[in-house]
Amino acid sequence: PPERKRFYQNVSISQGEGGFEINLDHRKLKTPQAKLFTVPSEALAIAVATEWDSQKDTIKFYTMHLTTLCNTALDNPTQRNKVQLICAAVKFLETDTICYRVEEPPALAELQKNEWDPIVAWAENRYNVAIGSSTSITGPNIPASTKDTFISHLASYNMWALQGIEYVITQLKSLILSMGLIDRHITVEKAVLLSRLEEEYQIQRWGSVEWAHDYDLCELRARAAAGTLFVHLCSESSTVKHKLLQD
Amino acid sequence: MAALGSPLRTLRGLLRELRHASARAGRPYRDTPAYQHVMAAFRAHRVTSEKLCRAQQELHFQAATYLCLLRSVREHLALHREYHGKGERSPREVAGLVGFRLPQQPGGKG
Repeated sequence: PPERKRFYQNVSISQGEGGFEINLDHRKLKTPQAKLFTVPSEALAIAVATEWDSQKDTIKFYTMHLTTLCNTALDNPTQRNKVQLICAAVKFLETDTICYRVEEPPALAELQKNEWDPIVAWAENRYNVAIGSSTSITGPNIPASTKDTFISHLASYNMWALQGIEYVITQLKSLILSMGLIDRHITVEKAVLLSRLEEEYQIQRWGSVEWAHDYDLCELRARAAAGTLFVHLCSESSTVKHKLLQD
Repeated sequence: MAALGSPLRTLRGLLRELRHASARAGRPYRDTPAYQHVMAAFRAHRVTSEKLCRAQQELHFQAATYLCLLRSVREHLALHREYHGKGERSPREVAGLVGFRLPQQPGGKG
């Protein structure tokens, strides 16, 4: 289907009863399920407005990651509650990218050890849990107490922030890398690099279809950055007081 | 805290990206809410000196993350245009891709 043309001149934000709204000329932005698009954070609204104002001739929704995240938070299309979201997030630990190690080739095994061990150690220290790593096909054996700790920790986030956290985890395929980002221990660029360690290794060995590599890299960076920013903007104490985030 | 480098460099990078974004909208970037918000935040927290307190570090991380988002989206879009947006190539372009030139046939195919 052809892309939708930019149909508005001006983008502005305004404050309504429910939170901050986005105006496209005189029209108020709505979600895919036709709800009023309202966000709890002014900074988030500004960033969303910037996405809409950056569109030139056609609206490229696939570049508007913050808008998409807000729509998901507002519409909750998968109809998951807080508990289900948390369980989905923590379940990823069982197949966490940085816990799954290869034995062959030795160079890759070494690279994984050097790059991933410090992050696992950081998480174990920060959360006072045992995680470890494994070369077994079934992956690492995560103790129940470790899962409980993460479940507890994630429960401290509101529903909006949780949508963001779960999004980052599915993009990076790693709970630990995502927590590294949320806790500001690593940058987005580093988290993405660590998430794609095996790809980067293969590319260095075998070369790449350059543009395809950069294309995937940019897209993952954009999504991880959007998710992280979304979580932080929805968790700031100034934002948390907002009605939209009371769950 | 993540290794973020110089806050001033992050700010410059972020402003550059906002300039790019506004260029697409055809409006001076200093008028945009995003520019004003970023400048106000950096001024309020004085996030330009080398040693930063926790709140300043959090703001710096946020700015660096937003910079990453804007830059990655722009680069992704550019790659998308370059490699996905061109539509069908002409027979001449296709031939050129594999190193051939189409024969000249002044009288048509015959």
